[in-house]
Amino acid sequence: MNIAAFSLLTIFTLATAAAAALLPRLIHAALCLALSFIGVAAFYALLGAEFVGLVQILVYVGAVAVLIVFTILLTHREDGKGVSAMNWGGVAVAIAVFDGLLWAILKTPSLMGATANSEPITVKQIGITLTAGYMWPLQCTGILLTAAFIGALILVMEEKR
Amino acid sequence: MTTPLPLLLGMSAALFSLGLMAVLSRRHAIFILIGIEIMLTAANLNFIAFWRYSPQPQPTGVMFAIFSIAIAAAEAAVGLGFVIIVYRHYKTTEVSKLNKLKG
Repeated sequence: MNIAAFSLLTIFTLATAAAAALLPRLIHAALCLALSFIGVAAFYALLGAEFVGLVQILVYVGAVAVLIVFTILLTHREDGKGVSAMNWGGVAVAIAVFDGLLWAILKTPSLMGATANSEPITVKQIGITLTAGYMWPLQCTGILLTAAFIGALILVMEEKR
Repeated sequence: MTTPLPLLLGMSAALFSLGLMAVLSRRHAIFILIGIEIMLTAANLNFIAFWRYSPQPQPTGVMFAIFSIAIAAAEAAVGLGFVIIVYRHYKTTEVSKLNKLKG
């Protein structure tokens, strides 16, 4: 992954993620969130995991962002003010966590010398690995997804009296 | 010239902190869910980065990222369902107004 692509994508992803976290209007934040997911998918593709990037676009941009937009439509009442006050303590904690993470990254010398030596992975390899070594987690994920979606449906069903 | 690993990790840490900021500083339940999704994405980015820069050839990081994305989808579905229920009961989704259990 060359440094120019990295810089452009970093600026795009962080700017849209910051917009998603800070914009006063909920619907703008949700759409910026979808853009930032596209940026992260481009990161995956440049790092050699194109399939994960496609899954990211399908699942996050195609499903999660649309689900968030629908929930906003179902629950949000436009009362003119739109913006709710920021809690500055939370901002301070987030900055402190960022400093801590950065400190940990810079203090680990073995990270500096790491080189990109994994080959880009193909869909065929992913399929073989999933069905050969990860059969049990794969089935569990299927059951989890089914249970979660049925549970979410039952949760939001109207109660009939 | 390729990107050194610490730059990628630093970018991912910044993404995580933005998500944490959204969770901690906004009072709207949907903003909290947006922040959680951003944090999960930052974690996935770390999985892929460490896989790419690791000396071992096994694609464990990629598998982890795929499973993590699937679980994040389940989490989003259930979380947004809860937001809709809360809205039905309280007619608001601001978490600071959900104070029935407050002593």
